[in-house]
Amino acid sequence: MKLLTHNLLSSHVRGVGTRGFPLRLQATEVRINPVEFNPDFVARMIPKVEWAALVQAADTLNLAEVPKEPTEGYEHDETFLRKMHHVLLEVDVLEGTLQCPESGRLFPISRGIPNMLLNDEETET
Amino acid sequence: MASRSRRPEHSGPPELFYDQNEARKYVRNSRMIDIQTKMTERALELLCLPEGQPSYLLDIGCGSGLSGDYISEEGHYWVGIDISPAMLDAALDRDTEGDLLLGDMGQGVPFRPGSFDGCISISAVQWLCNANKKSDIPARRLYCFFSSLYSALVRGARAVLQLYPENSEQLELITTQATRAGFTGGVVVDFPNSAKAKKFYLCLFSGPSTSLPKGLTESQEADQASESAFTSERAPHKKARRDLVKKSREWVLEKKERRRRQGKEVRPDTQYTGRKRKPRF
Repeated sequence: MKLLTHNLLSSHVRGVGTRGFPLRLQATEVRINPVEFNPDFVARMIPKVEWAALVQAADTLNLAEVPKEPTEGYEHDETFLRKMHHVLLEVDVLEGTLQCPESGRLFPISRGIPNMLLNDEETET
Repeated sequence: MASRSRRPEHSGPPELFYDQNEARKYVRNSRMIDIQTKMTERALELLCLPEGQPSYLLDIGCGSGLSGDYISEEGHYWVGIDISPAMLDAALDRDTEGDLLLGDMGQGVPFRPGSFDGCISISAVQWLCNANKKSDIPARRLYCFFSSLYSALVRGARAVLQLYPENSEQLELITTQATRAGFTGGVVVDFPNSAKAKKFYLCLFSGPSTSLPKGLTESQEADQASESAFTSERAPHKKARRDLVKKSREWVLEKKERRRRQGKEVRPDTQYTGRKRKPRF
């Protein structure tokens, strides 16, 4: 699971609604997976990222210093874009858990794939 | 027919049908790979993504990542969600570029509002029409899926879901729940007259409604045909020959050409063709 995906994931447990974000990340195994750099894509994703959640997740993984907020005119700052590309797309969480902040539900991550399946009581339908 | 193929939805839930053996087919069967790639190509075409700009797409029922491979080749990024662990294992073995999630679309798409620029799905949504447990209510599961998908998309984004509806009631149920969730749009049918090539694409728009794209038909495919075109027109011969003076050079040349068309052996034309002989012969 990439940190970009984690930043967009939200809990869908019944009764949680918009309070299901951000999922608390506990990682036991992390891998760096090289991905081709695309400045256009990173620049387009920066506005979608919830920055506080990203900083928190990066701290959990003990990553190098992530800026507290996007720099002014980040579209043309290649150094910043490369750093964010690495954090968002190249850091891969292989083993760990995600926890819903509202309900406390744990979602295990196995081989890089989060298990978001719910049982019958937890689902909305 | 003696042995009619049974629909996989009838034999049980998708996480049991798509086991290791079935997942292996999607990795090794080149015809399956080809069909899957063609459907993904068509779905991306129907998404009408802006040119020359990488998009972030959601792939519902991504399976072994065949659709995702095509998305990556086109320069986009994707996240896939599937209910079958075996299919996701096959995707991991193939080292797909997109991110993968194990999840049930009937329980809702677990993403924040405004996450994705578009959504595609190949041969997955029809599974929601079947109830495999007492607690499964197809209409409610479909509504839960569509409403969470609606919020996960950027305003004005599209979702193109290719599906195999069992009958028209099933298609009606799916489109009704999509409309209830806030989507506009409808069904695009490619090759409606072909039993094998017929494909259904549910084109959903979040935001203002635009005109629905047209489905492909046989006549478009016929344009690329390499065979000669059939014509019932008869070439006029009698009128042209009537004007020629008998035994003139033009008359002789035309007669030789006619015999060539009939497939007979004809001597080649030369400067002496149709020339009168001297009296000495």
